[in-house]
Amino acid sequence: MTTFQTLKIAWEGLTLNKVRSFLTTLGVIIGVAAVIVMLAISAGAEAEVADQINALGANLIMIMPAFGRGGFGPGTGMPASLQYDDLAKIEENVTGISGVSAQQDTTQDVKAGNTTLTDISVVGTTSGFIAVHEYAVAEGRFINGEDNDRANKVIILGYDVAQELFGDQSAIGQAVKVGSTKLTVVGVMSQKGVVGNTDYDGRVYVPITLVFKRWTNARFNRDALRVVYVSAESKKTMDSVMAQLNDLVMQILDTTPDSPGFTLTTQDSIIDMRTSTTETFRNLLAWVAAISLVVGGIGIMNIMLVSVTERTREIGLRQAMGARPRDVQLQFLLEAIVLSLIGGLAGVLAGVGGSWLFNEFGSMRTEIVWASIPLAFGAAAAVGIFFGYYPATKAAQLDPIVALRHE
Amino acid sequence: MTQDLPNERPLIEIRELTKVYGKGDIAVHALRGVDVTAEPGEFVAVMGPSGSGKSTLMNILGCLDRPTSGRYVLDGQDVSKLDKDQLASVRNKKIGFVFQSYNLLPRLTAVKNVMMPMLYNGHSRITDTERRTRAIEILESVGLGERVNHKPNELSGGQQQRVAIARALVNNPAIILADEPTGNLDTRAAQDIMDLLNELHKNGATILMVTHELDIAEHAQRVIYLIDGKVASDRTQASGIAHLHNGNGTQHIAIGVSR
Repeated sequence: MTTFQTLKIAWEGLTLNKVRSFLTTLGVIIGVAAVIVMLAISAGAEAEVADQINALGANLIMIMPAFGRGGFGPGTGMPASLQYDDLAKIEENVTGISGVSAQQDTTQDVKAGNTTLTDISVVGTTSGFIAVHEYAVAEGRFINGEDNDRANKVIILGYDVAQELFGDQSAIGQAVKVGSTKLTVVGVMSQKGVVGNTDYDGRVYVPITLVFKRWTNARFNRDALRVVYVSAESKKTMDSVMAQLNDLVMQILDTTPDSPGFTLTTQDSIIDMRTSTTETFRNLLAWVAAISLVVGGIGIMNIMLVSVTERTREIGLRQAMGARPRDVQLQFLLEAIVLSLIGGLAGVLAGVGGSWLFNEFGSMRTEIVWASIPLAFGAAAAVGIFFGYYPATKAAQLDPIVALRHE
Repeated sequence: MTQDLPNERPLIEIRELTKVYGKGDIAVHALRGVDVTAEPGEFVAVMGPSGSGKSTLMNILGCLDRPTSGRYVLDGQDVSKLDKDQLASVRNKKIGFVFQSYNLLPRLTAVKNVMMPMLYNGHSRITDTERRTRAIEILESVGLGERVNHKPNELSGGQQQRVAIARALVNNPAIILADEPTGNLDTRAAQDIMDLLNELHKNGATILMVTHELDIAEHAQRVIYLIDGKVASDRTQASGIAHLHNGNGTQHIAIGVSR
């Protein structure tokens, strides 16, 4: 008796009850599909994080004031903060950096001619912004040091804003009213699109000092920089830059290591956080997959036990015709394996299809991990062997006399 | 027991065969020391009331069960001590089973049912086509050449039993064990099957048949009667074949001759 012949017999057994065989495989189908979708989602999430990080600018360090208990700073109740002037100190004193920038946002209506765009994000920033965010000017220029030193009334438009306000006309030199302040357009940014939650093209950029002067309440330490971005030249200089920043900022703020009054946040810590979120999700799906594979396997075992009982006479007959216990065992084991492999195949199709649907029509980005397909098949085969073994062994151990007399 | 043909080795030789089910007080002695010898080419009927041990004897003769004690030599091989795999091999090569309820697999065609024992005979080099050819030959020889691709439910009871007999013959067994082969058939179909078995016997087949019907037993040369796990009588009938049947014109009167 060759394995191929046994396989044929097993197949005949399965096609005897097509609906039942299909229902039995459902658990395996769900389990295998879950494995593939799970890996596709986590691969998609990882790719998403990587993209965001790349878009934010590589090797970015953020300096943020620490809002400790009781606060810092002389009598304001607010923590001591870096000021605009401190950016120059960082640029001069820290080595291994490629850009320094700060950001202070406000939301204003932007008007040019008869066109008014409401609630546009106005980004007050410095000349370092484009280096830190790996962003480029399409036309004109970006904010320069002099703009900030004098709080010049200049504005650089995001790509979409320029299109909406001026269409195909050049925006350079045009007057734009932001809130009640009239500004002159000196530049238009290139297209960058939406990265993370930030629509770069739908914003406008002005000198940070202008935001402080016009749109920040004077009572709240208005020159305080809420966040300073420093980008290191490379991954290698990160540690050194961090150490230098730590010392320098403590010196500027006149604080001690016990209560430095600020925190340094790197991309790595953001990645770690996102990765742990992804991991939680992936672990959840892994459990779903494992549980449905086990439940599917129990379903297969159950139906195989029913099948052995139903076909007791057949088993007895085969034994009388010369089938050895191992021939009978192999027949039923192969039935279980074929059943789970068919489930595996259907599960792969469902998983790949499901991942694609998630990506196309759902809110989740997925990337199918092709290596997960053999993995899923292996898991399905393992389920078939593990849960088919007991019924197959039971069939093999039947006494031919009793089996032949079975009604 | 005398040996009719002393020069030939007996095909079946059982000595002091016992079979006990259970232990101690609840032990059931199904066979209490049975001696039977059968020569090649014999057609033997085994009779007896229920509980006489004839089923147990057939199971042991068919290598489906092992005796508690005693010796069973089949075709020169002592099979009383073989393990399950070896017994399966003996069943496959030496024994052809014919059952009362045919035991065909309903989902398979006649030819596939007949091919089944060939799947287990260890000759995996034989191709499927060769097996099929052989199965069709056998089906033709039992008069079912036109029905090879019919499924059991498309065949009459007599035809199904013919398929079963073809299946029993397909591996050229040393002996055919028939357990109430006509038990589920009407008189006409039963006669049909007995004619077929007689024909096989004439062509040299050794047949052992369990039956409780006297007119069926009378087809055999020899009738062994079991009572209470022992051989009560073992007689050879005159001139072998005896018909007590009006169907085919010839009438023979069966005369039992005690040995």
